[in-house]
Amino acid sequence: MSASEALAVVAGVTALGGVAWLPPRATRVCGALFGGLVSFAVARAAWGLPAGALTGVAIAALLGRYGPPTVLRRLTFLVPSLLLLVFVTTLLMYHAPGSPFAGEKVVSAQVEAALRAHFGIPKSAVEFFGIYLRRLIVEGSLGPSVKVQGRTVEALLGPALPVSITLGLLALMLASAAGLLLGVHAGLRPSSWSDSASTVLSAVGLSLPSFVIGSVLMVLFSLGLRWLPVAGWGGFRELVLPSITLALPYAAYIARLARSGTIEVMNEDFIRTARAKGLPESAVVLRHALKGAILPVVSFLGPAAAGIMTGSFVVETLFGIPGMGQWFVRGAINRDYSVVLGTALVYATLVTAFNLAVDLAYAWLDPRIRSRP
Amino acid sequence: MPSAALLEVTELTTEFRSDEGTVRAVDGVSFTLEKGEMLGIVGESGSGKSATSLSIMGLLPPRGRVVKGRVTLAGTDLVALAEAERRRVRGRRIAMIFQDPMTALNPYLRVGEQLVEGPMLHLGLGERDAEERAVALLDRVRIPDARARLRSYPHELSGGMRQRVMIAMALLCDPELLIADEPTTALDVTVQAQILELIRELRLEKELAILLITHDLGVVASTCDRVLVMYAGRVVELAPARELFARPLHPYTAALMRSLPSLDVVPAGRLETIAGLPPRLDQPFTECSFAPRCATVHDACRVRDPLLTEPEPGRFRRCVLPVEQLTRNVR
Amino acid sequence: MTDQRSHAREPSHRPSARAWRRLSQNRLARVALGVVVVMTLACCILPALLHLDAATTHPAFRHQPPSAAHWFGTDGLGRDYAARVLVGGQTSLAVGLVATLTCVLIGVLYGAVAGYYGGRVDEVMMRFVDFMYGIPYMFLVILIMLMFSESARGNPVPVFVALGLVEWLTMARVVRGQVLSLREREFVLAARLLGAGDLRVIVRHIVPNVLGVVTVYATLTVPTVIILESFLSFLGLGLKLSWGQLVSEAVGVVNPIAFFWWLLAFPSGFLALTLLSLNVLGDGLRDAVDPRGRR
Repeated sequence: MSASEALAVVAGVTALGGVAWLPPRATRVCGALFGGLVSFAVARAAWGLPAGALTGVAIAALLGRYGPPTVLRRLTFLVPSLLLLVFVTTLLMYHAPGSPFAGEKVVSAQVEAALRAHFGIPKSAVEFFGIYLRRLIVEGSLGPSVKVQGRTVEALLGPALPVSITLGLLALMLASAAGLLLGVHAGLRPSSWSDSASTVLSAVGLSLPSFVIGSVLMVLFSLGLRWLPVAGWGGFRELVLPSITLALPYAAYIARLARSGTIEVMNEDFIRTARAKGLPESAVVLRHALKGAILPVVSFLGPAAAGIMTGSFVVETLFGIPGMGQWFVRGAINRDYSVVLGTALVYATLVTAFNLAVDLAYAWLDPRIRSRP
Repeated sequence: MPSAALLEVTELTTEFRSDEGTVRAVDGVSFTLEKGEMLGIVGESGSGKSATSLSIMGLLPPRGRVVKGRVTLAGTDLVALAEAERRRVRGRRIAMIFQDPMTALNPYLRVGEQLVEGPMLHLGLGERDAEERAVALLDRVRIPDARARLRSYPHELSGGMRQRVMIAMALLCDPELLIADEPTTALDVTVQAQILELIRELRLEKELAILLITHDLGVVASTCDRVLVMYAGRVVELAPARELFARPLHPYTAALMRSLPSLDVVPAGRLETIAGLPPRLDQPFTECSFAPRCATVHDACRVRDPLLTEPEPGRFRRCVLPVEQLTRNVR
Repeated sequence: MTDQRSHAREPSHRPSARAWRRLSQNRLARVALGVVVVMTLACCILPALLHLDAATTHPAFRHQPPSAAHWFGTDGLGRDYAARVLVGGQTSLAVGLVATLTCVLIGVLYGAVAGYYGGRVDEVMMRFVDFMYGIPYMFLVILIMLMFSESARGNPVPVFVALGLVEWLTMARVVRGQVLSLREREFVLAARLLGAGDLRVIVRHIVPNVLGVVTVYATLTVPTVIILESFLSFLGLGLKLSWGQLVSEAVGVVNPIAFFWWLLAFPSGFLALTLLSLNVLGDGLRDAVDPRGRR
């Protein structure tokens, strides 16, 4: 690693750490600004420059005025994190053996230089970083793909993003619903059938890699019983197996969290107070216990979403689904820098957005959090 | 003899199952409570006072069970009731407030939402009417700006205010009996006095019968009509408050009072304590339960577990020592 | 005066003694521990003991179902599958162990420093952890794997390190939380009042109390790491011979015509059994150290 690269990494990490020192007002301003910036970038990609600018300003204003402190804090981290992420990823790729231009045919130095100039991939990581950022901010483009001739990264990822999001959301909803139902029931009645069921679910979900579960399901339901298609993407039936496969480990974990959360809440004093008021047990559980019981599940949803998005790499490969995962893996193997960076950026933004939503949900559920900065 | 008593507890016995065996937390406890009367139940931790109150309410945890005895509220045996019936009594005719208002109120719900549940359920009121009733009662317990407080969350209130909210919540359905389990233990001394004063006022206003459970003799002395002293799950002394404090008839009561530092007596030396630990409750007693720690223990005490006797009208105790020998030892 | 009614002599109250007792009463956890030990021994000793050969190919015996000659059948190149499963087990278990050790070392150090010094130091260190948490782990692992690719095909160390580097975050968080609460406890204050320096406090007072939590999470990290490695194998980036590799090969030959069930069943079965036992053991340890979770 060269001196300039090392320096840049240190600067980035320091900047990131420095955010911790910001006073509350600065956090509010920065958070709102960054939120606006990211909204602007996304909106511009979708609807063009003027709509993008409008969205960005509107969101920034809303956040500055009404945004809860936790959300703004997270947003303040967002832009420095993304920058650091891009830089570190670039560094890693540059230091990996191989280059985008080393293919089957050996290219001469001149041809390579020309290619590098054309694609904007110089030999220095820091230079590339600069070019990439400039292109991103000025043109709003994620760059050209080296391996897929003539296409930009946005064009490649565009159709893949909704696929991954659909799969991910579906898996998350399945996992949450199944996990919550099983877990809360098991927590209310320990040692009942639901307790055994959730234990079995945990066992299967957490002890087998998802592609094993997926293959077994595939063999059973597609090849064996022929109820569902083997692979591909198209309609509802193609969604079933992949989303179940993806959801299973998370359902298992959520069931455990819900179970222990329910048990803990039911032991709290205020449950005794509710019963002392003569409330029927259903009201005690639904009105008083539920909110507290699902809190640990809600805070798990953030990491769960991130995990589901990466778990999708494997599931997409197994079931042949044209999502973002395959672009990342292919890009990594082919050393297609822009593709890798593009997917990294999109993922990181999605994860942050989801974590923000989780923060908001948590604050809504637990009013004690709302007042804390 | 027709009984005017509101609450009659007869030979109440409650056991808890644990991994190591069965513990008898409440052993043959009997007492009565008249309408408008305030009875203080005093004892150390583990004496069974809380278990008694939970047994009366029917709020024992799953490992606890009332194995014997009757709890009669104006003629109806509560223990024999089905759970659905029991629920109708809870909150409506008997209300309970607990020790720690911070954990006893639901932190995730607004105060108003928690207050209106009772009236809406037991009195059939609509939400608006229930809210009005709540505001009126919050005013009565002297919570400033009551209407706005309905929208507050428990953590936004101070300890004293939270306990007032709990009291209001308990009284919303006009119960006949209030059980207060250590209502002031978690509060500052000055706030304690205010809360006790409030309880006294409400009791007079509404002719409320109150069961006050505490380990603090001072609280009992200033507020209760009669006092019940518990040890090892049983009643060891029961008497009108004034008489109890003037002349305790059980060594345990006497020892408790001696261990209280007094403002007018200059301390002669170290503070007095009661040596030893409370006994195990998983085996039947072959001697007086207090014998290992009693300052005036005799051979007669170790023969068998003494019965509850009434040496003077209205005064009960569980001790075989003659009364005269006892009073000699008290200051 | 005999106090036969008062509390009998209580067995040791020390947290580790109590934890041990709870653990040994947990039948499921004991079974799990047994399974893990047996599995490890089997994978390490049996191949040598039974002279099993995992490498030699016998093209004539491709895809044979289990028989007396080959207990687990043979794979696509005629190699004895039992041998491959057992030897693969060595790799998978080794990966689990080494990666977990790496993660424990880094995580404990990081977490202890952050928790002990607290304040701004802690904030900065934890912000970094938060940032790392935001990066999907597969990313990191894949990228790190890339850094070593072709040359590393045979070399497992980068894999160990890569996996360990990803999992240290949770360990660091857990240790930091524990240290933070320990720091405020009276015995630490007492030690400092008696003049103990930072290092002595850390080593003699904090570390022993953190060991419990660390053991629990380490036991739960091993299965996570093994699964991660199998993901890598599935994507073509893993080690040469491990359970994950075998399973992904088996999945690769799945077709509607002939299903070689033993190729998938045996490594999956071993994998599932080991991971399940580790999870149960980890849960048992967690219940033993902090029984509030179970009612």
